[in-house]
Amino acid sequence: MSAAPFLTVRDLAKHYVSRGTKLNILEGISFDIAKGEVVGLVGESGSGKTTIGRSVLRLVEPSSGSVKFDGTELTTLSAAQMRRTRPRMQYIFQDPFASLSPRMTIGEILTEGLNIQGIGTRKERMDRARNALAQVDLPAEAVNRYAHEFSGGQRQRIGIARALTLAPEFIVADEPVSALDVSIQAQVINLLRDLQQRLGLTMLFISHDLAVVEYICDRVIVLYLGRIMEIASSADLYARPQHPYTRALLSAIPSPDPDAPRNRQILKGDIPSPANPPSGCVFRTRCPVAMEACAHTIPELREVSPGQFKACIRDDLN
Amino acid sequence: MDERVDPILDIRGLRTIFRTRGGEITAVDGIDLSVAAGETVALVGESGSGKSVTSLSVMGLLTRNVGAIAAGSIHFKSKDGAVRDLVTLDEEQMRRIRGDDIGMVFQEPMSSLNPVFTVGDQIAEPIRIHRNADRKSAMNSAVGLLDQVGIPDARRRAGQYPHELSGGMRQRATIAMALACDPTLLIADEPTTALDVTIQAQILDLLIKLQRERGMGMLFVTHNLGVVAEIAHRVAVMYAGRIVEEGPVGEVFRNPRHPYTLGLLASMPRLGEATRMKQTGDKLAAIPGVVPSLADMPDGCAFSPRCSYAIDACRVAVPPLAKVNAMHRSRCIRWQEVGR
Repeated sequence: MSAAPFLTVRDLAKHYVSRGTKLNILEGISFDIAKGEVVGLVGESGSGKTTIGRSVLRLVEPSSGSVKFDGTELTTLSAAQMRRTRPRMQYIFQDPFASLSPRMTIGEILTEGLNIQGIGTRKERMDRARNALAQVDLPAEAVNRYAHEFSGGQRQRIGIARALTLAPEFIVADEPVSALDVSIQAQVINLLRDLQQRLGLTMLFISHDLAVVEYICDRVIVLYLGRIMEIASSADLYARPQHPYTRALLSAIPSPDPDAPRNRQILKGDIPSPANPPSGCVFRTRCPVAMEACAHTIPELREVSPGQFKACIRDDLN
Repeated sequence: MDERVDPILDIRGLRTIFRTRGGEITAVDGIDLSVAAGETVALVGESGSGKSVTSLSVMGLLTRNVGAIAAGSIHFKSKDGAVRDLVTLDEEQMRRIRGDDIGMVFQEPMSSLNPVFTVGDQIAEPIRIHRNADRKSAMNSAVGLLDQVGIPDARRRAGQYPHELSGGMRQRATIAMALACDPTLLIADEPTTALDVTIQAQILDLLIKLQRERGMGMLFVTHNLGVVAEIAHRVAVMYAGRIVEEGPVGEVFRNPRHPYTLGLLASMPRLGEATRMKQTGDKLAAIPGVVPSLADMPDGCAFSPRCSYAIDACRVAVPPLAKVNAMHRSRCIRWQEVGR
């Protein structure tokens, strides 16, 4: 982890109460992101990856914990102070159909944030909208059209352009390519990587697709049931996964290579409910190497090799 | 395939149209496809390629007054050995085949299950309808099926409602329902798309095992090339309503001879490879442009506007399915030059 992280998350937790039952959605989430770094958050449904992304921007209020952005503690900011910080932090949503208003022109969608922030004249705002469209390879005349006139891939480009109009330094991209067809997905992945490098963006990239994450992220955080299982650089995580869950997750991904070895390790059972998480290690009920002790100990996230952390008490595995 | 003896399902020249306000559009345009007993054939393609419309056409589940089969035949061999053209059957005759000779599994298990009946009742229903079984023996069969699809504590689960089951369990239950009457053909339309990857692995394993044990034919519709490689013997790649490439999975994926298949395979980020690509600065090979609208198809080869191999001749006529070898076909006039 870097000496002066741009974003610092410490002991982030989120609990909901549903019909009298407490749901532990996130527990003890701590990580850093350096300036210009792209960090991936991976995990299955219910792992808490979207809740982390939203908590960081305070689109949901964390129950406890600290989120520091460029030295400022965000969790204690007033609504007005938070609003002043928001232009520096933007969100790209998964669903390019639900995230764009059907009643607004693309120009109105792209300038809404600038309007709220009171940035520039009307003409300057439209210029910035056109500029943002150019950055995502869409024609400037798109400003006069409506979202339904565009394909899924084009809409996702518009969603990216909207995040860019405010010239943010930090972006949370929440499954930005998951709703797209494969051939279109590759276009948008390439675009995101280009923009990130050209603009020096810092990014939290949320995805359930580990191959996409490997391609776009410098480091990866693996989540399971609201807890961090492993953190490592992409290079280490994919070459030498340390946590049994990471290993199982990687081996479950079907490969299109007909010559790839088919030695899948199939996890039994389902992800437990956050209303009733297992004691000790939350993964132990599906873990192929769980021991008696795993039920009693909540494993700490420990550095097992430089830059690689795992939350697993077993060190005797290879 | 023509050389294949005795297919269970044999689709010839299938053309399915939709009536829209803007006129008729052709969603499936002249599909030939067969599935033999014990064989899994994957139909793969992106949104709008016509893969699901093909499977709905086989099942006779096109929305009436909107979709219709305009041409072609779908010969199907039922359990009693009789071969009939499903296109010529009426709704009542189709109803007797669906759920009995043809089992169906869909993408979203929650919408295939009725929320107000127990899982056991729903699995028992086809057994009671098609086999005239009494309530008790049908329920016993249902419990046996739940056990076969890997649901622990099957008797208790049979008494539960769909919302009490996890997504993976529900999909297991719909598979049990599809298998209730020992179908000869299972049609699975994106059965793992809504599931998490560790649950997807479980369901794929289950389907492979059941298909082998029962010697069923399986028509497996998916957009995921990785899933195709896991489960299918043969693959048909669809683009804009037509099959553009077809053959044994290993052969097609190792040696793709249509630029679209080649492009799809190259545009997928692959585990382990992305780190290297990042270091070398290589980009994913995206296919430029977008899938054409069915209402506004280009002349000739539908893929030609996005194809780096396209020449003037491609825009003249729809290319025929050329024979690469006995098992492998490509709808590309330049297939001999296409390759990695």
